[in-house]
Amino acid sequence: MNSLWAVTMATLVKDIRLEWRSKDALNAMLFFSLLVVVIFMFSFDPLAEESRHIVGGLVWVSFLFASVTALNQTWARELRNQVLDAYRVSPAPANALFLAKALGNFIFVSVLEALMTPLFVIFYNVRVLGPAWQLIPIALLGTWALVVNGTFFAAMSLRTRSREIMLPLLLFPVSIPAVIAMVAGTTSILTGEESAHFYLVLLLTYDVVFTTACLALFGTILHAE
Amino acid sequence: MTQAAQPAITVNNVVKQFGRFAALRGVTAEFDEGRFHAILGENGAGKTTLLRALAGLAQPTRGEISIFGKSPREACREIGYMAHPSLLYDEMSGTENLRYFASLYGILDNNRRCAEVIRSVGLDPELTRAAGQYSQGMRQRMSLARAILHDPRVLLLDEPFSNVDVHSAQAMVGLLKGMRDAGKTVFVITHQAALLEGVADEFVWMQAGQIVDRTSSLAREGLQ
Repeated sequence: MNSLWAVTMATLVKDIRLEWRSKDALNAMLFFSLLVVVIFMFSFDPLAEESRHIVGGLVWVSFLFASVTALNQTWARELRNQVLDAYRVSPAPANALFLAKALGNFIFVSVLEALMTPLFVIFYNVRVLGPAWQLIPIALLGTWALVVNGTFFAAMSLRTRSREIMLPLLLFPVSIPAVIAMVAGTTSILTGEESAHFYLVLLLTYDVVFTTACLALFGTILHAE
Repeated sequence: MTQAAQPAITVNNVVKQFGRFAALRGVTAEFDEGRFHAILGENGAGKTTLLRALAGLAQPTRGEISIFGKSPREACREIGYMAHPSLLYDEMSGTENLRYFASLYGILDNNRRCAEVIRSVGLDPELTRAAGQYSQGMRQRMSLARAILHDPRVLLLDEPFSNVDVHSAQAMVGLLKGMRDAGKTVFVITHQAALLEGVADEFVWMQAGQIVDRTSSLAREGLQ
């Protein structure tokens, strides 16, 4: 357990250091999300009452697509100079690598959300009619749902010839229940029309199930040829 | 009656196929501990595949490998592996790379050990330059430092002298000789076999996925 925690932390610190130096993932995600904000501003009236029903979906779809760039980048670093082999020949637990990558992606996508949310609020005139605090657990659970599966499927598609294409093909269908819960939960909070409690429970259940499944299977993925 | 020493590494009828192509075709061999083995052969002879199988990176399609009585993956603490690519993060300095890899092996006195192995390969532990900016020779030496970081009993080195100048290559050979003298088992794949003449205890010749000869010098019967 101590080894799992120590290796997870060492790998997480290493990944944050690499991202801080290159800023590859954050720049790509920010650019993509900014594009979404700007393009959709021209496609409907952001000041209209209906926009409150649309923004939840818009925000999460933008974060979902943007996060794919970060997810690909996370593993691409491990392929350069075949560094992943150095991990594979070491006695470090496979799950430590998975947890570190998932936590790293969680931090990167959370930073993106923290930077982009004020822009969505300003440009789409978002006013929250329901309990605003519930947006925090929706964001945390939703982001974890995206990155835990994304990290797993990105690792799975590592050895495929066209991994950039494979990741969304694998990730998006599996993420549908979580994305629906995130979008519907966010919309219900923004409009104040219904409780988001059901969606929170759904997200929590989804996270527990998929985190457990990913942890159980990651060793096989890591050592596959 | 004295008991015969068990070989450190046994390779028993190992076949490795990639689709329909057999990279290893029933390799069987025993290697004693504390010896320096140079693996030679043309491109495509199966040298790298054999080394990756010994490191536990390539699972044999058939046959088995035993390292000190364990499977390669179980014996991973005993194995130091250096591949043809550097296995280093380009954006981090050599010391940062080594500190990270030391944490994977649970090395407690991380800083001291990293400085020690970096000095042993003739580099400066204070060097802050990113590994991506190293010359090829420096990169090879840092890669060797990574492989010996956890003081393994078996060293598996794939082309450690490629793109390294003669002086640095000889220094690396000297280091590996010292490790063999300290009881380590060293495997080196190289196309610069002359560097290992008089140093390697055995030359293992591979051809078409098989070990075809094992000699104590570079001269082979029937070959020029």
